[in-house]
Amino acid sequence: MNVLNFPILSLVTYLPILGAIVILFLSKERHEAIRWVAMVFSTASFVVSLWLPFYFDSTTAEMQFVEKLPWIQYLGVSYFMGIDGISLWLVLLTTMLCAISVLCSWEAITERVKEYHVFLLILETGMLGVFMALDFFLFYIFWEVVLVPMYFLIGVWGHPARKLYAAIKFFLFTLFGSVIMLLGILAIYFYHGGQTGVYTFDVLELMKTAYPYSSALLSFQNLVWLAFFLSFAIKVPMFPFHTWLPDAHTEAPTAGSVILAGILLKMGTYGFVRFNLPMFPESSKHFVTFMVTLSIIAIIYGAMVCLVQRDMKRLIAFSSVSHMGFVMLGMFALNAQGVQGSILQMVNHGLSTGALFLIVGLIYDRRHTRMIAEIGSGLSKQMPVYATLFAIVMLSSIGLPGLNGFIGEFLILVGAFKVNYIWASFAVTGIILGAAYMLWLFQRTMFGPLEKPENMKLLDLNAREIATLVPIVIMFFWIGLYPSPFLKRMEVSVNHVLEQVEKGQAGKVNPGTKAASVGATERHLPSIIQPTSGTSEGAPGVRER
Amino acid sequence: MEITLPPVDLGAITPELIVTGTALVILLVDLFLPRDRKTPLAYLSLLGLVLAFAASLPLWGRARYAFKESISLDPFSLFFSSLFLLIAALTILISTNYLEREEIHRGEYYALLLFATLGMMLLAKGMDLVVLFLGLETLSISLYTLAGFMRARLRSNESALKYLLLGAFASGFLLYGIAFLYGATGTTNLKKVAVFLGKGAPLSDPFLFIGAGLLIVGFGFKVATVPFHMWAPDVYEGAPTSVTAFMIAGTKAAAFSAFLRIFLYSLAPLKPNWSAVLWVLAVLTMTLGNVVAIAQQNIKRMLAYSSIAHAGYILVAVVAGGELGGSSILFYLLAYALMNLGAFAVVILLGQKGEENLNLPDYAGVGYRHPLPALAMAIFMFSLAGIPPTAGFMGKFYVFSAAVKAGYIGLAIIGVLNSVVSVFFYLRVTVMMYMREPRAEVGPIYTSPALAAALVIAVWGTLQLGLFPGRLLELALRSIRPLLG
Repeated sequence: MNVLNFPILSLVTYLPILGAIVILFLSKERHEAIRWVAMVFSTASFVVSLWLPFYFDSTTAEMQFVEKLPWIQYLGVSYFMGIDGISLWLVLLTTMLCAISVLCSWEAITERVKEYHVFLLILETGMLGVFMALDFFLFYIFWEVVLVPMYFLIGVWGHPARKLYAAIKFFLFTLFGSVIMLLGILAIYFYHGGQTGVYTFDVLELMKTAYPYSSALLSFQNLVWLAFFLSFAIKVPMFPFHTWLPDAHTEAPTAGSVILAGILLKMGTYGFVRFNLPMFPESSKHFVTFMVTLSIIAIIYGAMVCLVQRDMKRLIAFSSVSHMGFVMLGMFALNAQGVQGSILQMVNHGLSTGALFLIVGLIYDRRHTRMIAEIGSGLSKQMPVYATLFAIVMLSSIGLPGLNGFIGEFLILVGAFKVNYIWASFAVTGIILGAAYMLWLFQRTMFGPLEKPENMKLLDLNAREIATLVPIVIMFFWIGLYPSPFLKRMEVSVNHVLEQVEKGQAGKVNPGTKAASVGATERHLPSIIQPTSGTSEGAPGVRER
Repeated sequence: MEITLPPVDLGAITPELIVTGTALVILLVDLFLPRDRKTPLAYLSLLGLVLAFAASLPLWGRARYAFKESISLDPFSLFFSSLFLLIAALTILISTNYLEREEIHRGEYYALLLFATLGMMLLAKGMDLVVLFLGLETLSISLYTLAGFMRARLRSNESALKYLLLGAFASGFLLYGIAFLYGATGTTNLKKVAVFLGKGAPLSDPFLFIGAGLLIVGFGFKVATVPFHMWAPDVYEGAPTSVTAFMIAGTKAAAFSAFLRIFLYSLAPLKPNWSAVLWVLAVLTMTLGNVVAIAQQNIKRMLAYSSIAHAGYILVAVVAGGELGGSSILFYLLAYALMNLGAFAVVILLGQKGEENLNLPDYAGVGYRHPLPALAMAIFMFSLAGIPPTAGFMGKFYVFSAAVKAGYIGLAIIGVLNSVVSVFFYLRVTVMMYMREPRAEVGPIYTSPALAAALVIAVWGTLQLGLFPGRLLELALRSIRPLLG
């Protein structure tokens, strides 16, 4: 269904790469022109994507703005794009952060400007494609295409000391996960084809098939689930697959870190909610404890590692591990609050951590160090605007009520609490630790006496730098004070996913395996937001607003 | 015993005749050209290849046999002949520059290249083990000479001698295998072998197994699968770069074409037996090729090991078998040829006289000094590594789909993990080109329209097959069907 009768999704996706092509024809000396072209095209993509929430129909869980064209017919591959309430906000997050990334690179990138912007724009196209693709083949291509420009961004414009190591580590880790996922995709492709006689990579079609499940660890559905898990868990990254993250985030240039933390990590969580949950419902329930355990470890371990970081950028990188743990925890609470909170928190984390990397980038541009001790204290005296913005961003990251982080974390905690209060209590520990390391970081750098002579002559933010942060801060307040436009548009889609998880195989077409699953699903019938642990503390569907 | 000559059907071998004729004309014209002006021969041979391709077009669609069923004109053989003509044409395009730089002014180069192409075409068309052997020897003998074409260079001599000795060994194994197969089935005709085995003849005949085993060894040598790969890195490194490109892309495809016809068609009833052997060979080949490639500093040597690894991926598809497996091999070989020839075109372009500038550190900063060739090289490297949207990705995707479909999940997992390992050394080239500072003292590079054309074709093909593979996939499927019966 496409209300606009116009391929708006393709337009949003390919405007950036069009910009990249335009840049290719510019002389490499014309830095200013290149920056403007990149700016214009990424902003255009953002502006066009702003139409999406207005025309978005929040009463249906169906895919919207759909485009479907045959591509490789022989294999059943089609060019199939569409968004629902889950991907809508991630698309907007992507277009917004990418435009900001171009802006924040304006003065920071002075070498190889042309190549830099080409890669940045290709990267944007790849990420947008990931969130829109509804054909597994197309999805996989976008998924992999993202790797290449990111690899170059880290490897060429990264911090000289360890950029090569970080770039290759990033590439190999992610690729390792994706190729295993590819095998998973092939497995369901052939299973579905064998069952129905129709070989297709159409995600919506593949979702209709029930994949054979038994509680044995190595049943078909569990294996495929694990194949997808590996790819997404590395991307998120979940503990213990997170080791690539601190290196990549720390060594990347500012825009690279913003995009990595803000968008790339969301590709992993998005994958879980888009594919793992609705496609493999039994396995998703099977692995709830496993996932929640990993998430809680990530929340607490990530936060504790933050406390001992001496490198500001590395600290924020590790804080991502902790925050992404929250996202995964909410998702695997498998109730409406948890999953909604999880999706909202993806956006929140993208905004706040993106902003934090911008904050670090601003000080790095001035002082050329990321070490907290070297940066010194008392910066608020010299840079009041910077300190104010930093304070807001930090409070958003901590989850102060009134700002966006609170809404997401609150929903996640409610979701987790409904299933198991122990999970929630662990997660709260993470929030407390989060407040500790962020406040401590802020205190060490912004407050105290202005001692270092280098800091005496620091300039406060200029208009361009403020412009990179202001849109994000506006979003902080908007989501924090009036989240319902956001929640309303994801609600039906989230409920649809949960319905698919709840019904499990019973809701799918596969006479062969139906009988086996009836017993497993009956227990959960009454309410779609009921927790999955089997205990029946499911409250009636209260939806926080 | 009375020998009856089969009816002569020249129409069936027109493309081969054209290639042979062109080669002979080149030898003749060569005499009248001045010593350092041999480039017209390149264009002459290109003309011959184009004509041969044109002559092969009418043969499509009318599957038939000729010369008493010893030549087969099915889509399979025509697909491969076209592939070989393309490989030969690209090789010639990248050769002119190289030969001038290395001051190899010899017309025989082109003639030998065409003879080698002829051998490859016979390998694809041969329906009789004797014809296959003839094709293989025509190919090999031309290549022995080409490998040693830089007489003055020790490396080139070593390459030729090594290739000759081990190639002769391989031929011995093959002949021995053919003899055993003949002993077991009473015929050298592949169709009759297939009929004989398909009729429910006892499949436990030890002669049959020995024959099949020896054939695997022989072809294993030719396509350089582990453990029969020892010659490959040295030969590929020592041979003139353009010849290396031809060997890596062409010989492998040619040997696989004959291999497929024998194993997927004639010996198909024995598949449970030989596929187990090939399973092991595939794993060994992929793994060793990729792991050892990591340690290479010389780019030709790295590509040599990479080609070993790619033979392993193809073996995965052979093991998987079926329509999907078979057609994926054809697709893979084309993709593989394009990206390898492209990569070698860049290697030639960036090389310096006397086979210099071939080590990885020599590529430092190339991305900024020669942006276009570097971009092309990056595309080929990502394609070889199997990153979409490139031909290499499609090829691997297709191969591993076949493995998954046939239920060889373990093999598929080993394959994709290998593919991850391989990314490491392919990426190192891009690391060098884009992420290291250039070295100071490097001479200028010489380009030529021919080389540029080859690069454009290779880049275009690599991307085209990656983005819109549909029609070629269908062609590959149509081509493999006659083999699978």
